[in-house]
Amino acid sequence: MFSDPYDSVNHYDEMLAADGTCREHYLPFLEMIKNVPVEKLKQLQYTTDKAQMAMGMTFNVYHDKQGIEKILHLDIIPRIISASEWNKIEAGLKQRIYALNLFIQDIYNDQKILKDRVLPRELIESCPGYLKQCNGLTPPKGIWCHITGTDLVRDKDGEFYVLEDNLRCPSGVSYQLESREIIKRVFPNLLSKMGVAPVSNYPSRLLNILQFLSDKKKPVVGVLTPGVYNSAYFEHSYLALAMGVELVIGQDLVVMNERVYMQTTSGLQQIDVLYRRIDDTFLDPLAFNPESLLGVPGIYSAYMAGNIALANAPGTGIADDKAIYAFVPKIIRYYLDEEPALSNVRTYICSEKKDCEYVLAHLDELVVKETNAAGGYGMMIGPRASNSERQTFKKLIKSNPRNYIAQPMLSLSTVPTLVDSNLEPRHVDLRPYVLYGEEIEVIPGAFTRVALKRGSLVVNSSQGGGSKDTWVLQQ
Amino acid sequence: MLSRVANSVYWLGRYLERSENYSRFIDVNFNLMVDLPPNVKEQWEPLIRATGDYDLYIKNYDSFNREDAIYFLAFDENNPNSLYMSVSKARENARVVRENLTKESWEKLNEIYLYVKEGADKQVWKKEDCSQFFMDVKYGIQLLYGIAENSVARTVGWYFIHLGQYLERADKTSRILDVKYHILLPSADEVGSPLDFLQWTALLKSVSGFNFYRRFYGKIEPVNIVELLVLNKYFPRSVFFCLTNAEICLRTISGTTGKGYSNTAEKTLGALQSRLEYQDVNDVISSGLHEYLDALQVKLNNISDAIHDNFFKLNPNDMNQNNLQE
Repeated sequence: MFSDPYDSVNHYDEMLAADGTCREHYLPFLEMIKNVPVEKLKQLQYTTDKAQMAMGMTFNVYHDKQGIEKILHLDIIPRIISASEWNKIEAGLKQRIYALNLFIQDIYNDQKILKDRVLPRELIESCPGYLKQCNGLTPPKGIWCHITGTDLVRDKDGEFYVLEDNLRCPSGVSYQLESREIIKRVFPNLLSKMGVAPVSNYPSRLLNILQFLSDKKKPVVGVLTPGVYNSAYFEHSYLALAMGVELVIGQDLVVMNERVYMQTTSGLQQIDVLYRRIDDTFLDPLAFNPESLLGVPGIYSAYMAGNIALANAPGTGIADDKAIYAFVPKIIRYYLDEEPALSNVRTYICSEKKDCEYVLAHLDELVVKETNAAGGYGMMIGPRASNSERQTFKKLIKSNPRNYIAQPMLSLSTVPTLVDSNLEPRHVDLRPYVLYGEEIEVIPGAFTRVALKRGSLVVNSSQGGGSKDTWVLQQ
Repeated sequence: MLSRVANSVYWLGRYLERSENYSRFIDVNFNLMVDLPPNVKEQWEPLIRATGDYDLYIKNYDSFNREDAIYFLAFDENNPNSLYMSVSKARENARVVRENLTKESWEKLNEIYLYVKEGADKQVWKKEDCSQFFMDVKYGIQLLYGIAENSVARTVGWYFIHLGQYLERADKTSRILDVKYHILLPSADEVGSPLDFLQWTALLKSVSGFNFYRRFYGKIEPVNIVELLVLNKYFPRSVFFCLTNAEICLRTISGTTGKGYSNTAEKTLGALQSRLEYQDVNDVISSGLHEYLDALQVKLNNISDAIHDNFFKLNPNDMNQNNLQE
């Protein structure tokens, strides 16, 4: 069943230790699957693909002539996390999000952290995610980052590291929820036997934190989507359906007297809270990008007047910048006077002279990333890049150092994955979701992305990655 | 309900009805051709005329052979009303308003779409017997209706879907009657012949009305067929039945009770419905059936426009932009 050889030595494998023995929390799973013939596994995988197609669990790919709707491959072998490991992740994420929220509030208000010279002012002011329009603003209940999808990876040492904070519009949670529904049918008895934490109440928790933002007794909540051609449209409609709220596009909304209304068949209806899945600068052509056709003219003035709550609040991009990321451990210490429970990846900031020199001298060892890009775009994996790619990045870094950071190449952990007739190790990351309402909650599960190509470390769905169901054990 | 969403579910209703009609039309015509005597040529032209896309067809095809006709009606992506395009548009509308549908309804519709797409890939039109395919699609859509019947709440959205469905059905019934009646009537010398019987039977079957006709009217007579399709109170595909139910939907949507109307959509629809209510079949035929049906279709279009103006039109929000800048 396992490919021979199965490499659990050069990377941390989630199921098998370096000596090839099964880790304790995976034992019941291995016991069960040992007795399943490979043909049966392949058939289960086939049924899974079919189920995804029938459920319309598709995402849209830009610039792809193959047709715009694609399925995110869901591998049937789950990624399992033990209760003790999870407790550590959960505590670390709560601490991190709490500190980042304080940081954003401080940056747009008192700027103590800049006055105390913990962070260089230029770094903040040159950040594309920094919105001057938010200066002096405190959002409803003082919460900026209501929904976060933090990317974690496990290095060879077995430790989890935070790779990205994703405080703007993180996607993928719908795949986590729908994947569980499918995998439940693949291994019907195993989940309860192993004590896997359920994730299905995510939509009601999400609705709770959204309603919490309004002081009305029964606030009207909506999900704002760029539209059906957006790559995450499935998720937007899925969440609206699951929460039982309206899914709106910009054209459905009008602003009058600093209030936001939906255009309905029986006239205008005021809306109080929007879970918006449109980037900050496209939200309102009057306040930000005047070219935006997706947004709602005037919505920002309604927001400032306190007549509508937006989640996440505009301006959170400041904490999502990859150069700011390098300072998060300092941010945690500064605001909480605690040591970070989750580690950062060592990060070289090209706008710092010393770091930049080091980066340019070690391009063949480092992963270089644009500070404001996402989705696996705008990056170079040094050890795997060609000479000319490295030269290109050298020029790019020199001409605009603020735009780049570099990190040592991590060895992402692996999970057995069904490839043809074998289980082979494939690299994965982990994206748990954190909700910030009356308190901070981490959903006991995650969107695990898997790089399906042998040896590949790029897990992004837009670049040939797949996914796995993530089981968090309660005991 | 959001105006944009109401627009989408209305068209969802129309496209689903269109898809089901096309599947049935093709299936019935295919079976009719199988029954034809050996010396009679297959007739696909009347069906293409009935769909209203005759001009488009002759622009792209040389003859009315079976393969071309079925391809055109079912799979041609250049024919905006082909089964494939209607199912795609129904699904696209459903996708836009997925949060308003039940999970089961969406998944069934998605399955139908994938099945039709697969049929296109497998080149179903080239098969010797493609009847099963169209029956499957038809039953798939009917199953979807059944699922919706027992799972969708009777809120405004439900009535918009059915408003679209009934108006589409009224339109299709009147079209197929118009075309078939004209082709069938001139063959006076063949009245009562087996071929004549087959043709009228096929017309009834293409609106699922054969069994009911037998029970209600008995012998096949053109005038009774006209009455069944236009004025019958009980037959769910008669124009009158469709208009009556469309009116109920519309009045539920606007919350109008009692007599009179509260908007122009109700006014145009109500006027047409009550006109039919007080007509008999001689009123329909006396001034020429074709003229009658032509006028009817114009009125149906007016109703659709009025619905659009009253419920779906959005105030472009850039207008407010100007207001704010003042």
